[in-house]
Amino acid sequence: MNALTARPHSFRHGIHPQEHKQQTVHLPTQRMPFVSQYILPLNQHAGKAARSLVKSGERVQRGQLLAKPDGFISTALHSPVTGRVTAIAPRRHPDGRLTTAIEIEADPYATQRYAAQSMIDWRTLSRQEFVEHVQQAGLVGMGGAAFPSHVKYAFPDDRCVKHLVINGAECEPYLTCDHRLMLERPAAVLQGIEILRQQLGAERASIGVEMNKPDAIRALRDLIRPDQPIAVVPLQVKYPQGAEKILIQAMFGVEVPAGKLPIDLGMVVNNVATVAALADYFGTGMPLIERTVTVAGPGVVRPANLQVPIGTPVRDVLAWCGGLTADTKAVIMGGPMMGTPLVSLDVPILKGSTGILAFSEAEMELPTEYTCIHCGRCIEACPMSLNPSRLGRLAKVRRHQDMEKYHVMDCMECGSCTFACPSGIPIVQLVRMAKAAMRKERST
Amino acid sequence: MRAKGLPLHLHAAPFLQQATTTPRVMLDVVYALVPVILASLWWFGLSALLVLLASSAGAVLTEWLFSPPHRRGASLRDGSAILTGLLVGLTLPPGMPLWMASVGGVASIGLGKLVWGGLGNNLFNPALVGRAFLQAAFPSAITTWTPCCGDFFSLPPGTLAFPFMHAGIDAVTSATPLGLMKFQQQATPYRDLLIGNVAGSLGETSGMMILLGGVYLVLRRSIDWRIPAAIVLSAALVSGVLFLLNATRFPDPAFMILSGSLLFGAIYMATDPVTSPLTPRGTWIFGVGIGVLVVLIRLFGGLPEGVMYAILLMNAATPLIARYSQPRVFGHG
Repeated sequence: MNALTARPHSFRHGIHPQEHKQQTVHLPTQRMPFVSQYILPLNQHAGKAARSLVKSGERVQRGQLLAKPDGFISTALHSPVTGRVTAIAPRRHPDGRLTTAIEIEADPYATQRYAAQSMIDWRTLSRQEFVEHVQQAGLVGMGGAAFPSHVKYAFPDDRCVKHLVINGAECEPYLTCDHRLMLERPAAVLQGIEILRQQLGAERASIGVEMNKPDAIRALRDLIRPDQPIAVVPLQVKYPQGAEKILIQAMFGVEVPAGKLPIDLGMVVNNVATVAALADYFGTGMPLIERTVTVAGPGVVRPANLQVPIGTPVRDVLAWCGGLTADTKAVIMGGPMMGTPLVSLDVPILKGSTGILAFSEAEMELPTEYTCIHCGRCIEACPMSLNPSRLGRLAKVRRHQDMEKYHVMDCMECGSCTFACPSGIPIVQLVRMAKAAMRKERST
Repeated sequence: MRAKGLPLHLHAAPFLQQATTTPRVMLDVVYALVPVILASLWWFGLSALLVLLASSAGAVLTEWLFSPPHRRGASLRDGSAILTGLLVGLTLPPGMPLWMASVGGVASIGLGKLVWGGLGNNLFNPALVGRAFLQAAFPSAITTWTPCCGDFFSLPPGTLAFPFMHAGIDAVTSATPLGLMKFQQQATPYRDLLIGNVAGSLGETSGMMILLGGVYLVLRRSIDWRIPAAIVLSAALVSGVLFLLNATRFPDPAFMILSGSLLFGAIYMATDPVTSPLTPRGTWIFGVGIGVLVVLIRLFGGLPEGVMYAILLMNAATPLIARYSQPRVFGHG
């Protein structure tokens, strides 16, 4: 079946931002050369920060364990290069805060080739052993959230996974790194899916891919063997399709109840980049020490899809791409809808960094704010069917308890409401601040 | 690349914005009024233009005078004042004395919008508040219908009346299709109702032009199509049932929809986003309420026309409707 004639699946509401993907979609993934210095924050995943195992001055090998998980919702961190630890000290994190990081100076004479270890025979592993392996490999969700992957695989024994859901939606504008991955390494994606499917005991696996990537859909379909219970599901192009619960609604028409997880419906959702990294680990023993990043936006001189060692400073990545144009006003890590604006270029690429985008004044201009005219566009945009107009109004006057009645805690901060508002009201920003204030109120 | 300086433009995601702005939404409604305004000029001549100018001037001037100084520029730029002024003017009869028309503009912005706290805070449709004010203040002038299709430059005698002086009451008057139906049981051909060569308020006579503007607004997504759809369908349904029960006493549904200001109100007035519910379910309830009330007022009330009161009444019910028509949140049973 042709990807373009199949009926596309989708979800309720959502928005249609301009895709802006043409800038990088045709650019094959390049490997960026090694630079002199790497910064590895210990808290680059959701959950507890990892605990450092190395000392300043110590020599480390590429792929060597640098920090071990601190507890279950935490994961390992490995050296992306052969070199010397120069500091374990507070360094700027892309989120703006100073956090403890391991700084490594790359050895200029090292070949930096990863010495492939023997393949790990995943078929012989029990699920418990498999989960430990994934944690030791430092795997996290690579679509942006950076949630430790092994936690998703360690569901209680009374649950079972029927359906493995693979997220290839890549609904954020500008980003094309997942698209390139599916196109260039479909075998790795499918191998990762097969490992995961068998380990979790899932009957089937489905890969959701938006229809603006017909070549990726074809590449995956061409490699699926007839005996494999893997389906590629074309999705209508719409934001925020790649959000876990929204993807499930788009692909299967079911809603994950509030307060529940996909596992409660017998599903586990993983990003395509995550399963490819899983395949790499079990194929070569290489832990998560590099990832693909889209470098794009009007402020980048030579946009690219780059395979970069984790910990590479953003400044070096941008320099490799020809630098920034003179009118660049902001650099963003992640996608334009949910990404983080950087306060400094001396912050590293993290395991969860999907893109580096540079924007000029024109893109960053804040819209003139008018009063809410109750047009309802935010309601038609909200994928969670909330009432953002109401939530924004309540947030402005700090009526946090009333906001809870309007289910503010179900908001995933996708930003569709702010995008859709003709009055230029920063709805999601107001909601985000209110939620932070509410968390603070609760903790005191 | 900047050597040391940081790219310091910081604000939180998202960094993308769709192109439509609130002034653009207002401007769209003004554009959609162009065919209606042209029709009023065609049928009622120069007096129509003067009435519209007078009401708009009253509205814009009031907005400028009584806006808080720091918001003055923004509140004029959002385009809602001129739109309200035009809408008030279009609900007035062609022979309306100009000073009264401008009082209508003043009342619509002053009482309809600014006293509530400006755009977005008003409970009632500002243009209809202005018209209701005129209806109470000048009941005879607002029901004095000059016949259509006269000479373009000949003005009805009342037009240039001096404020608070006696308006020429010996004007040649005519009855609207609804008046003819209510008081003389006389129907008007559908063709005339569509093209607009009948007596009536400036903007309400030409059904065709109103629908043209409505199609534009729906295509531009500047109005919620559900509201006019609910009004027209419910009015047709209720009057259809009554027509089937007693065809000699009640007019047929097509007449009910094409006559008076039902279409004009459904497309340009009831759809005001500020004063209508914003949830899809709420808009249906709101529209059906208007449709039913219009038919009840027209057929069982003392007045031949009821669109204005029907919309104002449902405006009042909007907060209540909004409260009980919240969308079902994702993942909540």
